Amino acid sequence: MANVLQTSFLPSTSSLRRTSISGSKGKSQALQLKAKIREIFMPALSSTMTEGKIVSWMKSEGDKLSKGESVVVVESDKADMDVESFHEGFLAAIMVEEGGVAPVGSAIALLAETEDEIAEAKAKSQSSSSSSHKVVEEQPKQIEETAPDVPAAAAPTVSASKTVALGSAAHPASDGGKRIVASPYAKKLAKELKVDLGTMAGTGPNGRIVAKDVEAAAAAGIVAASPAKPAPVAPGIELGTVVPFTTMQGAVSRNMVESLSVPTFRVGYTITTNALDALYKKIKSKGVTMTALLAKATALALAQHPVVNSCCRDGNSFTYNGSINIAVAVAIDGGLITPVLQDADKVDIYTLSRKWKELVEKARAKQLQPHEYNTGTFTLSNLGMFGVDRFDAILPPGTGAIMAVGASQPTVVASKDGSIGMKNQMQVNVTADHRVIYGADLAAFLQTLAKIVEDPKDLTF
Amino acid sequence: MHSICSQATAVPRSNFAFDSHAPALPISKPINLRFCGLRKEAFGFSGLTHSCSSRVRFTSRGHSKRISASAENNGTPPKSFDYDLIIIGAGVGGHGAALHAVEKGLKTAIIEGDVVGGTCVNRGCVPSKALLAVSGKMRELQSEHHMKALGLQVSAAGYDRQGVADHANNLASKIRSNLTNSMKALGVDILTGFGTVVGPQKVKYGKVGFPDNIVTAKDIIIATGSVPFVPKGIEVDGKTVITSDHALKLESVPDWIAIVGSGYIGLEFSDVYTALGSEVTFIEALDQLMPGFDPEIGKLAQRVLINPRKIDYHTGVFATKITPAKDGKPVTIELIDAKTKEPKDTLEVDAALIATGRAPFTNGLGLENINVETQRGFVPVDERMQVIDANGNLVPHLYCIGDANGKMMLAHAASAQGISVVEQVTGRDHVLNHLSIPAACFTHPEISMVGLTEPQAREKAEKEGFEVSVAKTSFKANTKALAENEGEGLAKLIYRPDNGEILGVHIFGLHAADLIHEASNAIALGTRIQDIKFAVHAHPTLSEVLDELFKSAKVKATTSSHVPVSEPVAV
Repeated sequence: MANVLQTSFLPSTSSLRRTSISGSKGKSQALQLKAKIREIFMPALSSTMTEGKIVSWMKSEGDKLSKGESVVVVESDKADMDVESFHEGFLAAIMVEEGGVAPVGSAIALLAETEDEIAEAKAKSQSSSSSSHKVVEEQPKQIEETAPDVPAAAAPTVSASKTVALGSAAHPASDGGKRIVASPYAKKLAKELKVDLGTMAGTGPNGRIVAKDVEAAAAAGIVAASPAKPAPVAPGIELGTVVPFTTMQGAVSRNMVESLSVPTFRVGYTITTNALDALYKKIKSKGVTMTALLAKATALALAQHPVVNSCCRDGNSFTYNGSINIAVAVAIDGGLITPVLQDADKVDIYTLSRKWKELVEKARAKQLQPHEYNTGTFTLSNLGMFGVDRFDAILPPGTGAIMAVGASQPTVVASKDGSIGMKNQMQVNVTADHRVIYGADLAAFLQTLAKIVEDPKDLTF
Repeated sequence: MHSICSQATAVPRSNFAFDSHAPALPISKPINLRFCGLRKEAFGFSGLTHSCSSRVRFTSRGHSKRISASAENNGTPPKSFDYDLIIIGAGVGGHGAALHAVEKGLKTAIIEGDVVGGTCVNRGCVPSKALLAVSGKMRELQSEHHMKALGLQVSAAGYDRQGVADHANNLASKIRSNLTNSMKALGVDILTGFGTVVGPQKVKYGKVGFPDNIVTAKDIIIATGSVPFVPKGIEVDGKTVITSDHALKLESVPDWIAIVGSGYIGLEFSDVYTALGSEVTFIEALDQLMPGFDPEIGKLAQRVLINPRKIDYHTGVFATKITPAKDGKPVTIELIDAKTKEPKDTLEVDAALIATGRAPFTNGLGLENINVETQRGFVPVDERMQVIDANGNLVPHLYCIGDANGKMMLAHAASAQGISVVEQVTGRDHVLNHLSIPAACFTHPEISMVGLTEPQAREKAEKEGFEVSVAKTSFKANTKALAENEGEGLAKLIYRPDNGEILGVHIFGLHAADLIHEASNAIALGTRIQDIKFAVHAHPTLSEVLDELFKSAKVKATTSSHVPVSEPVAV
C-alpha cells in the first residue's frame, strides 16, 4: 500500500492539479496555495478504484501530524485503508467530511507546514468549498436580527445545560470540581458532539458525567454543537405521517414540560415607540439594529431592577445573576436558538449591534459556542415582524423572566389633555417566575423600561 | 502438527530422531507422517534424520525400528516404579500429555490439587468463550444497522445476567466432566491432592490434613499452570477489584469498569462487558494498545474493537494503587507515567479488572529438593521441556510444560508440549516448533495469528539476509463474509518471496480463530506457498480469504517437485 500512498501527499504543484477532476476549475483556482500548504489527495488504493469514501478522519483540524501517522481512513471498492501522512505538519482544513466521497486524486484536506499557516489554509479551503456548497446555503429562510421567534421554543437552550449543572453536587473525588469525571462513552460523545465537559456536572454515580448528560447538553445546543451535521430540513411536510422529533425538538419538548413545574404569571404593558423609532432611523446607518436597541433598553431597565434578572434554582433561594445577559430567541430551520448578548447593560449600542450580527451569522452557520447560547439571564422574544400585536411566552427553565414583544403599530391614542393623536405603540408581556419575581417587581421594571424606550437618549450613551 | 524448518534451503526432514538405545514403542498411528522440518535449535540433536522426499509416508511406518515391549513391563528397570509417568496438574497441558501417554502405552497418573481442567477449562478459555458467545449474539442483535441491512427486525435485545453466568458455569462443568471421564476411561489414575517433588522420580501428594502418599515414576511432568498476576499495590477484593477468575463468574455487570492490561484477556473482557452495556477504560503500561499483535492488525483492531465502542484508554501508564469500592466510594485507581514515574491521574470507576497477565503457579512444588531454581516463578526448561537445575544441568526424568515454564502461555501450546515430552520419554526425540502454534483472541470479530509479526520477520530477515514480502487480502472481497454482512477484516501473510516459506499469518475478521489453522498447519508441515496455493477451497466460504491470500503472494520459486498427490486419482 505504501507505494500507492506515496502519491497521496504531494505538494500542490500545478502539474498535479491538472490531474484533478474536471469541473473543479473554480475549486482549483481557489486552491492557489503556497507550496508550504500541501493538499492531501484521495489516494488510489487499488487499480480499479475511481473514488473513495472518507470513513473517518483520525485527526481533527489543527492537529499536528508526524510523518507516517495515519490521518484518514478511506473506504475503497475493496477495503478500508489508513492513509498516512508523508509530511510533517498540521492538518489545516478538512475539505471532505466523514461520509463524503471524493474522486481519486482530488484534494480532501490541506496540510500546513506551520501552525501559522493553518488559518491561511483554512481560508483557502473555505473559499474553495463555498463554491461547491453554495446550493446548500442558498436556503430561502432568512434569519435577520428581527427573526421570528416561537415563544414556547425560547426555552431549551438556556436551561438544559444549567439544570444539568445544578442537578448534582461536585464529584466527591474530583478535587472540588477541578477534575472532570466522565465515563468513557460520555467523553467519546462529548468529543463527537463537540460539547465541553467542563461546563456540566453529571447525574451518574458519584456525580460522574454519563452519556445522557452529554446528550442533554448537546441537545440543548445541538445546532451550534455539530456544524458538520445540520439538523435535517424537511423539504416539505408529508401529510398523514408521524415524524419523530429531532434531537433539538426533543430538547424543546422536554423543557416545555419542565416549565410546567414553575409557577409563572404575566404582566403586560403598552409602550410608545415614536422616540425609539426616530432614534433607530437616525442611527440605523451606523449598523444599529432594532434588536440591539430593545436588548439594550431591557438591560438598562434590568440594571435598576436586579430581582427581575434573578432566578430560582433550588426552590429555596434567589440567585442574583452577576451580569445581565439578554438572550434573544431566533427561529432557525427545524427549531430555534437563543444567542446571548452578554453584559448588554454595559456594552455600547454599536458594539452590541455588531455582536448581534455576528451571533446571527454564527447561528445561521450553526457555529455558536455553548456560552453564546446558554448563558442568558433574561430572554427577549419578538414576533412583531409578523404583525403580531401581543402574545404570551413560556418561561425557559433556569431563568427568571421572558419578555414577549409585539409589533409597534400606529395607534389612535387619547391623551390626558383631551387631545386625540396617532402614536406608535407596542405591547410587551413579561412572563416571570413568581417564586422570586412578584407582580410589583415586574410592574416597576416595565415602568422603567417604558420610560427608557420613550426617552431613549440613554441608549446611545 | 509439530515443527517446521526455518532454514532457507533445508530439505524437509523428520524432526523425530530415533534413539537406538531406548526401545522404540509401537506406533499406534503414523505420527511422523508429513513432519518435514527441523527447527534451527533442533539441529545437532537429532541422532538420526532422514529426508522425506515423499511426503506420503504411510508405508514407512516402523521401518528399521526394533519394536520391543512397551514401557509397562520395560525389561529390568533399575528400580520398580509405581508409574511410568506422573503428571502434576490436570489442566489442558496435563490432560493432553496423559492421553498421549496412555496411547503410547505408559502407565500414567495425574495429580490434581484443585479441579480437573485447570485454568483453561474452569477459569479461562472455556467459560470466557461462553461469555463471548453471548456478547457476539448481543452485538448482532443490538446492531440495528446490521440487522436492517439483512432485512431483519429485532426489538430491543436484553439479557439476564444470571442466565449468562449460568451458561458459562455450565459449560465449564460440562467440559470438566468430559476431561475427567476421558482420562478415567483410558485408565489414567487421578490422584487428588497437592503434588510435590520430593526427590528424583519421586512425588508426594495429599490433601491438607491427610497423610501424604508417596509415589514414584520413571518420568515426571510438571504442569501446574498459572494464576492471574496481580501487580503490587493492587488490592483485589473479588467484588469491585477483580481478576479474570472472578470476572468469569459474571457476578455483576458494572456501569464502568477499568481493565488493566490490553492483551488477549483484557480485550476479550472488553468485548463481553461493552456488549452487556458497560463502559470500559483500558489502562495499558506500554505506549500502544494491544502490544502483542502485529502493528497493522492492532491498528485495524483498535479501529473496530475500541474506537467505535464505549471504551477509552490511558496508555503509557502504570496503575500503582487500586483500592476497592467501600463506604459508598468508588474504586480508585492511581496512575503514574510509565516512564517518568510521576503521578498522572486518578480514576474513579465502578470496578477494575486486573488483566496484567498470568504468573506461574510453582510455589510448593518442592523444586528445591532437586536443586531447581525458578526464574520469576517459571521453571527453566530446555527446548525439549526438560527441567534445568540451578547449575545449568538437565534434571533427568523431569519435565515442565505449559504456563509453568512460560514459553508460550496458551492451553494448546501446553498440550503440544506435553505430547512432545511423551514422545521423548517413549524414545523419540522431538522438538516442538512454537512458531507453528496459532493464537487467537475471541473478540467480535476475532483476531488470530501464527508465526512472526511483520516487525519480527523484518528483523530476522535483516539478520539472516533474506527478503520479506507481505500479502494482504480483505474480508470485503470475500463472498461469504459479505453474505454475513461482516466484511470488516484483513488477512496478512508474511513470507519469503525467494522460497515461498510462510513466516507468519495474521487474521482479523469473522471466524479468524478458525481460519488460522490452514496457515499454522502449513507452517508446521513446512508447506510452501507455491504448493498450498493449488489447494482447493469450497466456494463460497471464509476459507477463501486465505486461498486468495496465498494466491496473491508473489513467490519466485516454482512449485515443489514433491507435490502432495503425485498421481491423479479417478473418482
